[in-house]
Amino acid sequence: MSHTNTKYYYPYISPNDPCKPIVKKSYPTPPQLYLGFQPPNLQQFETAKEALYAGTLWPALYSRYDKVDPMRGEDL
Amino acid sequence: MWYYEKKLQYPVKVRECNPRLAKYLIEQYGGADGELSAALRYLNQRYTIPGKVIGLLNDIGTEEFAHLEMIATMIYKLTKDATPEMLKEAGLAPHYVNHDSALFFHNSAGNPWTAEYIQSKGDPIADIYEDIAAEEKARATYQWIINMSDDPELNDSLRFLREREIVHSQRFREAAEILKEERDKKIFF
Repeated sequence: MSHTNTKYYYPYISPNDPCKPIVKKSYPTPPQLYLGFQPPNLQQFETAKEALYAGTLWPALYSRYDKVDPMRGEDL
Repeated sequence: MWYYEKKLQYPVKVRECNPRLAKYLIEQYGGADGELSAALRYLNQRYTIPGKVIGLLNDIGTEEFAHLEMIATMIYKLTKDATPEMLKEAGLAPHYVNHDSALFFHNSAGNPWTAEYIQSKGDPIADIYEDIAAEEKARATYQWIINMSDDPELNDSLRFLREREIVHSQRFREAAEILKEERDKKIFF
């Protein structure tokens, strides 16, 4: 099942907010939320080294996290 | 019992002496959603959960100790040669006064680790759902630490640990399905 790794929302902004408002906020939605029971014979990374660096054997379970720019809610 | 392999699960490289980052990382060492809590929670729940998922708790609980070692290595490297002055600047003066540079099981606010952090309700569904929540909370903690850290090599190791939380959450979700499963019902993939 295909899905997006990040979701966005636009919180209410009051004219009296003391800090500079962040218009768009984000939160991660990694693959384990969607996979259900892992299907058998799921495609694996080509090499063991790739799998080690990814932290999982299966690309379908891999979700990279990069620093998020708090003002834009997007990856830096 | 366990066999010990004298190496880390994933390499830990630290580019710069940065005691402030150590202060944040200690959250994953002795915090509520840290690796110690995780290891003890799962290994303790093993005894009173249906046989089908004991092995899973055993394996994941064991891996959490491997993560604990990685976190310990990070904290150690980040503070190894830091002077008391540098520790003070990083907000670690109270830690230094009590522990020098020794590691201690407390969270980044200095609260000592407590068994209150790990639940065992004895109800298999309650326990597995707590485990899923614990993995998601640890994943979130890693995200926030990555956001605070400018060390690319340390972030690489943190990314690995975050991905492991994802895999563990996936397995606990599957365990919940196994525990819910109706007898004689056909499973479709």
